[in-house]
This record gives sequence, C-alpha cells and structure tokens, in this order.
Amino acid sequence: MSHSVELDGIGMSFGTTRAVSDVSFTVQPGEFFSILGPSGCGKTTILRMIAGFLEPTEGRVLIGGKDMRGLGPNQRPTAMIFQSLALFPLMPVWENIAFGLEARGLGKAERRKRADELLRLIALEGYGDRMPGELSGGQRQRVAIARALAVEPGVLLLDEPLSALDLKLRQHMRAELRALQKRTGVTFIYITHDQSEALAMSDRVAVMSAGLLQQVATPRQLYDNPATPFVARFVGETNAITGRVSAIGDGIARVDTALGPLHGRADGHLAIGQGATLYVRPEALMPGVGANTLRARVSRMDFEGAFALIHGQFADGAALTAAVPSTRLADAPAPGSDSSFFFAPEHAVVLADA
Amino acid sequence: MRDLYARFGGGLATIFLSLVLIWLAAMVLAPNLMMIDYALRPNLPPAQIGTKADAWSLDNFLYLANEGVHRAIFFKTIWASALVAAVTLVVCYPIAFWMAQRATPGQLSVALMLVIIPFFINEVLRTLAWFILLAYRGPLNAALQGIGLIDAPIRWQGDGGVLAGMVYAYILFMLLPIYNAIESLDRSQLEAARDLGSPTWRTHWRVVIPHAKAGIATGCVFTFMLAAGSYVAPALLGSPGSRWFTEIIYNWFFEGGDWNRGAAYALTLLVLCLAVVLVTLRIARVNLTDVAK
Repeated sequence: MSHSVELDGIGMSFGTTRAVSDVSFTVQPGEFFSILGPSGCGKTTILRMIAGFLEPTEGRVLIGGKDMRGLGPNQRPTAMIFQSLALFPLMPVWENIAFGLEARGLGKAERRKRADELLRLIALEGYGDRMPGELSGGQRQRVAIARALAVEPGVLLLDEPLSALDLKLRQHMRAELRALQKRTGVTFIYITHDQSEALAMSDRVAVMSAGLLQQVATPRQLYDNPATPFVARFVGETNAITGRVSAIGDGIARVDTALGPLHGRADGHLAIGQGATLYVRPEALMPGVGANTLRARVSRMDFEGAFALIHGQFADGAALTAAVPSTRLADAPAPGSDSSFFFAPEHAVVLADA
Repeated sequence: MRDLYARFGGGLATIFLSLVLIWLAAMVLAPNLMMIDYALRPNLPPAQIGTKADAWSLDNFLYLANEGVHRAIFFKTIWASALVAAVTLVVCYPIAFWMAQRATPGQLSVALMLVIIPFFINEVLRTLAWFILLAYRGPLNAALQGIGLIDAPIRWQGDGGVLAGMVYAYILFMLLPIYNAIESLDRSQLEAARDLGSPTWRTHWRVVIPHAKAGIATGCVFTFMLAAGSYVAPALLGSPGSRWFTEIIYNWFFEGGDWNRGAAYALTLLVLCLAVVLVTLRIARVNLTDVAK
C-alpha cells in the first residue's frame, strides 16, 4: 500500500521569514523521491508540512488524493524517520518497533509477532529484547525504519537519517534503504543535502534553494540538463564560463566569452545578446584541440585512482577542472604547461544568467 | 578521598575532612543519638534522674501504640502527606511539562518568576495568606457567594485547608525536579510518538513519565517529607478534627513537658518517613544518588 503525495503551491512563513514559497510537485506512489538542497533551503519545512507537524500558510498537501488540511501527524498515512532517529531509549527494541501498533490498540502477543517479523525484514532477528543504547549506529538506523514501517504507512518521510553515520556505513545504508524501498513498495520522500546520496538512491530528485523549487527531474536529467544555474553548480562539479549569446540554431547556442566563442546546448529560453553561462562537466573536457577549444595553464594534477583531476586557470583567471580517465593519462598535460582542452557542444549546457 | 589529598595536600585536606566529620557528628549524629536516648528513658522528676528508675525501656513507644487517638493521627498524617504529594504532583506535572517543552523562553522566565517569587517570603506568612483567603468571612467565600455558586459560607479550615496550604507551600520542590527531568527529553521523541499515532495521554504515559521518573520520585519524596514534618500549615489552616502528628509532638515537648515521650513520637515519625521514602524509591527503581542530583 503506497500513496501519492501532491504539493499544490505550498508556502510557509514564520513571522516575516519566508521559509518556502509556492512549491508544487507530485510524488508517484511507490517512488523514491529526494528533496535536495543546502541547509536552510526549506527542505525540512516541506517534510514537516507533509508529515503534519506544520500547516502550510498557503497551498495544499494531498496524500493519496486527499487534502490533509487540519489533520495532525497522528492522522496522516505518513511515518517519519527523524534525523536523531528519536528511538525511545527506555523501551526495548521490540517495544520501540511496536509502539505505533500499541497506539492502535493491538494486543501484546500480536505486537510482539509483528515486531519479530519486522526485525527479520531488517536482518536484526533476536535483537528484540535489547535496549536501543546497546545497538550500533547502523542497527539503530534500521530499528527506526522498522518502527516507521510497523504502522504500514503509505508514505515514509526520511529527514537526513544517514547524516550521523560514517562514510562506509552511510554507503552501505544507502543500498539497504533502496532495497527496502523496492521490497516494501512504500513511497519514500528523502531529505538530504548530500547530492551523491540523492543521485544514487532516488527515482526523482527535487532541488531546492532559498525556499524555491529549482527543478524536479531524474538524477540523470538533473546532471545532464540542469534547468537553472543553481542546479548546474550544486549538483556535481562543473566549469562555468560566462559570456553573451551571439547565435542560436538547432538547439545549439554560441556564447562569446573571454576565451573565444564556445558552443553548447540551449533549451529554448535564450535570446541573442543575453548574458549567459556555459556549463561543462570536468569529465567532458578532453586534452587536445576540437570543436570548442579552451586554453588554460595547468597548475596541479590530483590522481584519484579511476581518474585524475586536472586543475588549472583560464586566461581570465577563472578556475578549470578536468577529469581524465586513468587509462588515458599518457595524453594528460603536465602541471605548469599551457594546454588545450576541448569538449563536444552536446556535452555543455548554456543557461541564461539569473 | 585520595583526590582530595592529591588536590589540596595533606594539611588542608585533613582540615576539610575533620570539619565535615565534626559537622556530621555534632549536628547530625549527636542530636539524633540524644533523641534516641531521651525516647528510651521515662519522664522523671529531677530528683530521680540517674537513679534505678531511670532505665531504658520501650514504654514511650508502647504508649503511642496503645493510645488510639494518637495512633490514628499518626497514620492519618502519613497518608495525608502522601495525598499532599499526589495532589502536588498532579498540579505540577502539566505546568512542568509546559515549561520544559512548550513555553517560549520569554514565557518560561515569567513562569519561573511567578513560582519562585512567593518563596522569597517566609513560609509562615505565606500560610497566613491562605488563612486569610480561606477564612469563614474571607475573600474566597465572598467570591463564591458573589457568583452564586454557594448560598452560605463554607468552613474551609480543616483537612481541605491544610491540603491547599501544603500543596501551595511545597509546589517548588515538586515543580523544579520534574521540570529538570522533562527539559532533558529530546523533543523529537514527542513528535515521533505523535507521528506513530499515539494519543497525548499515551505519549505521556509511555515516553515522558518514564523519562521523568527520577524527577517525579524526587519531587514526591521531598514533598512527602516536608508535609509529614510540617507544623505551620496544620496549625494555621487546620481544625481540631484535622490534627497533624507534628502538633502532638509539639504538645509533648512544650505543653505536656514530657520530652521523653515527645522524642519517642518524633523518632517514630522519622523512621516511618524514611521507610516510606525508601520503599517509594525502590518501587520507582530510583537510587538515592539520582535524588541527590
């Protein structure tokens, strides 16, 4: 059982501070949906409005097609996983997991049975009688998920639940969360400021900045076709080269920059003469000369294993980052040299400056 | 103790230790031992003190055990003190919860001032205020008659008056430990319980109260001890039908002139209070060290 979540023009003001303005998107039933943004962008406020801890000052929240206005968190088909996990430290693990069932009036034997089933689901069989304080961080994480799943929510809301874990465990839990979501089919709405987390786990991602929705797209689209300069810079690494649009045709725009004319994909919102920035990913830049050639002085090369990051400076002082696969390191320019890099126009995006 | 010597050196540490020991011996141990001694001796005219008749016996305790009225007042004092603790708890818990979890910093400081400022005034005067409020021709009866709730004035003094006066007098000793305990509860636990569909009462029963248990036990122990040993409230707000055991002890010492029997009565009250406190703490599974925090 999973529900859709539709936000219809919701906004939230705290006094004179505007936390969220006019956000609309629809999360499909059974989707793993992330809300990505830097801290203070309003993503937690959105989650709390979906959960029912906050009532939006404008707009509507619909879950499973039903307007949720006036319903408290205990009346909505949602369950939340808190950043601090908020396990009850004085209850054993099984009572934690069965707490929502206790509130629904289930008998003790039935609760214990359901708790044991969920413990099996999260691979913690036999841990029911331990106290939360006796578990490791990852185990506590899984108990929090089981506790939320016990009430059979249509939507699971996760507020940066992995942020307290170390890197290795975090990567492991990503895969586990993703697998759990596929197995249960519950709609997941996941809040994070970590873009690699959002890209790796989600079916779709909403990017937020300063209370405004920037883009909703699949991880692939987000990376390849950022809709706004914010998304282009926030999601992944990029080289930004500013200039002015001088020609548009066949979905390709020419931008006159301090480094010469460059070509990149245009998405139709551009006009000739407009100030624009061309964004090109480090891995799209190749050493050598081609359609769009850039000259830069290479200052340093960081070998990372699978690839090497080449850092340099353009003639106008802007920074350059290029990623060269290890297998082609023989072609890579040496630090200290003036070198040429080129990229294919379809690997660059031109966006109008805000 | 080794820390003490390491930090202050031999001389100073020895002085500190002996000061503490002298204090304990002179102020705690000696008076209590003297009281036990008094309690075990009969009340004799000065001429017979030190003679054969001046021997230890349990006569003073047996007198209390066989004196029906005093025995009844003794047990009534115990359960009435428990009632005072219970009522104070019921009054304080919601206030403490609101102050610890719901109030804004501004509201909190106002609330703290409102509960603390009355304690700047002597307990006798505060009780006297209740004496005036609850008087037969006092403001409470006048107000109730004014709004038509009662036709004739009510005699509040007695058990009800004593209860009201004590709850008011000891509110801070209950409020602050519970406030401290609830204040350390992570708010997301309340939200998590609510999110999982728990009604408010269950969240309190399963999450807040277990968390605040040590604070609640501390407040109850304080209030119970203070109520059982209280003299002013029963003396001012009570009636002949609501006598407190402390009043009887007072009478033996200062009216009856029988310090020996008074000491036996006081000792009995002390022992029973200690027993009640220890049993309460055992039931609540709280250590004495938690209370001391």
